Amino acid sequence: MAEPRVVVVGAGPAGMRACAALVEAGLRPVLVDEAARPGGRIYQQPPEGAGRPARELYGLEAAKATRIHALAPALAGRVDHRAETLAWNCFEDALDLLGPEGPSRLAFDALVLATGATDLALPFPGWTLPGAYALGGAQIALKTQGCAIGRRVAFLGAGPLLPLVACQYMEAGVDVAAVLDATPFLAKLRGLPRMLFAPATLAKGMLYVARLRRAGVPMFFDVRRPRAEGDGRVERLRFEAGGVEREVACDAIGASFGLRSETQLADLAGCRFEFDPRTRQHVPARDAAGRSSRRHVYVAGDGAGIGGADAAELAGERAALALLEDLGLSFDANRAAWLEGRLARLDVFRRGLEAAYPFPAHMVRDLDDATMLCRCEGIATGALREAATARGAIELNRAKAFTRVGMGRCQGRMCGRAAAEVLAVARGAELASAGRLRAQPPVKPIPMLPELLS
Amino acid sequence: MSAPVFDVAIIGGGTAGCAAALALRQRGMSVVLLEKGACGAMASGTNFGGVRRQGRDFREMPLATRSRAIWDRLPAIVGEDCEFRATGHIKLARDEAEMAELERYAREARDHGLELSVVGGNAVRALYPWLGPKVVGASLCADDGQANPRLVAPAFARAARAAGADIREFAKVEGARWTGSAFEVEAGPASAHARRLVNVAGLWGGEVAAWFGEGVPIRPLCPNMVVTEPLPYFIDRSIGVCGGNVYARQVERGNVIFGGGRGWGDAQAGLSRPRAEVARDAMARALEILPQLRDARIIRTWTGFDGEMPDDIPVIGPSLTTPGLVHAFGFSGHGFQLGPAMGEIVAELVADGRTPSPVEPFSIGRFASAPPAPRLT
Repeated sequence: MAEPRVVVVGAGPAGMRACAALVEAGLRPVLVDEAARPGGRIYQQPPEGAGRPARELYGLEAAKATRIHALAPALAGRVDHRAETLAWNCFEDALDLLGPEGPSRLAFDALVLATGATDLALPFPGWTLPGAYALGGAQIALKTQGCAIGRRVAFLGAGPLLPLVACQYMEAGVDVAAVLDATPFLAKLRGLPRMLFAPATLAKGMLYVARLRRAGVPMFFDVRRPRAEGDGRVERLRFEAGGVEREVACDAIGASFGLRSETQLADLAGCRFEFDPRTRQHVPARDAAGRSSRRHVYVAGDGAGIGGADAAELAGERAALALLEDLGLSFDANRAAWLEGRLARLDVFRRGLEAAYPFPAHMVRDLDDATMLCRCEGIATGALREAATARGAIELNRAKAFTRVGMGRCQGRMCGRAAAEVLAVARGAELASAGRLRAQPPVKPIPMLPELLS
Repeated sequence: MSAPVFDVAIIGGGTAGCAAALALRQRGMSVVLLEKGACGAMASGTNFGGVRRQGRDFREMPLATRSRAIWDRLPAIVGEDCEFRATGHIKLARDEAEMAELERYAREARDHGLELSVVGGNAVRALYPWLGPKVVGASLCADDGQANPRLVAPAFARAARAAGADIREFAKVEGARWTGSAFEVEAGPASAHARRLVNVAGLWGGEVAAWFGEGVPIRPLCPNMVVTEPLPYFIDRSIGVCGGNVYARQVERGNVIFGGGRGWGDAQAGLSRPRAEVARDAMARALEILPQLRDARIIRTWTGFDGEMPDDIPVIGPSLTTPGLVHAFGFSGHGFQLGPAMGEIVAELVADGRTPSPVEPFSIGRFASAPPAPRLT
């Protein structure tokens, strides 16, 4: 038998660990990734030669980042790494790629999708002003370019990355105006028992908060009705906390209300999806090893449901072992069982984390009709509510057809989750029934250059 | 309590079905419509959005002319214009043979009441400076236009529902038969009985016809569609070409929609997908006529299911085996413009047994010897 063509999409923790396990089994996988260097978003590397030490870039995560990065030279020559390459379509047993060498079609016998996640964006008045960024964008500016999104930055949202990025900014010398958590402080205590299943991670989280407190950074919990204001750009952030109207002056905002999985390739590959009530999104159905519903297609890491970077490393390796098993190759069954055990423990931690940062449903309820929901197409929240009620759009694809929500450059990657929340509330229906936007190729915009696709 | 017997049951929630439901309610008949998915989600909703008479088979022209008048009245009929704009439609020639074809069609079209204005290279350059050098001539039908296909069938469905029609979405019809006193339409909990039956099931219309012993050689047609990011508005006409291997329009939002070639479809699984290599060929052809698209980005490609007949015209008219059954399906990739008129014509055929529109050429009898269409799902 010829060596099976195995393709891994995504060079983050999950994809890199999958590659390492495949190489160890004697395979030579193709690794497709949009970035120039491996690491994914969480451990994104600066451009070659930028020279900032890992300790400065990744803080307490430096050791993990370095280990993932170190895999690249270790695997060199044994992985066909297609850097700066977008996998923009998956049809039957092939991916359509667009990279520095031009277009190509890449057939596969087995496929590991480790496509990662983005911030969950929730709209609020002023969220489209210049100076308002996603939290991940704020972090990447710092990690890859060594620059900050502003001089005096407020952080807003819900999730463990909020104090982490705020701390990274503070340590980089940026004036952190405030950390505004849209979830209640008491929720943190509710999540605590389960978070003890990953004590080191919990300790780091508490350390970030302690550092911010020590530095005197104002921190508010259960923040309601945030509004970014300013003349043509962010100048201040108004909000309510503890029933009191407050205001912080800032020239930039990093906001994130959780994470959402990047699932378009799994959708195009024909994987069955199911609703995950914990992360409030539809994700590819998978077994404990990462097998999707489609034969020889595996999903791992945050692209298959939000589990965090540590879980992604384990899941990437576990999916690779499942792939080896399914191809009839030898694999370490004990290692596979150990990985699943570790993943189960981390899953308990994750549930604690999700209890600590519950979805801030008030952000959706309090949204006024005039606030922009779909920024690509300029569709206001009220237009979606009207389609959901007066025009009978019972799910997202209907709402898209009627209003253009999710029909722009991002194809709903950024607004789709918020649109589902707004639609469900407007109809008084379960979130799951709002569905998900069907993926259509290309996953991200591609140039109108047929020679690039020949 | 026994279930009501409707005057009419309609299988298919495309524009024709939803418009028929509305027209039949306006005649006071009770109507149930069964649609396997959401109204207007198949060919009616995924097509290019051209509202044109130019280029049609002349047998369709009376129907298209009747429909064109309805497009102007959409706000009065369904409460919104569905983004219909009479932008005009130009059909382009890219060589002398195609130019001769445009001129020949324009001469013959005059006899069918369609006035076209054909211009050659220099005038094309003056009138449409954004067209590429490969274009040597253009034929304009000033009265044609374009509309948003995602809005039309749902708007008719809402109007029909408001008028009292029982529109049942996500109700897949598994079979239908004449019991001797009524049509029995099986759709699980959405099953219904009716005195008359309308088959406007698009690609699936062949299967419905087969239940009544009428074979038609219908095949899936999946037009491969592409859309760019929004661009400054510059294409003020809807565009086609001789041979039809590319067509384009720019919506007011700025996106340029173009199509050409065929995508992939598995009608049995209900799955359709655009093809990358077909999209690439359409890009190349679109760039020949619209070179300004060179810096654009493609944000989405898609396809959907229509039913295609071997002679490229639909089946319209009464069943030849079963009194009370009316067919209108197989619009072969150019039914969007005809949809609103089909509602009225179907209603006339159902209620009066005849229509003033000449539908004889579309009789299902032309396929009398065809084997029944296979079951799709």
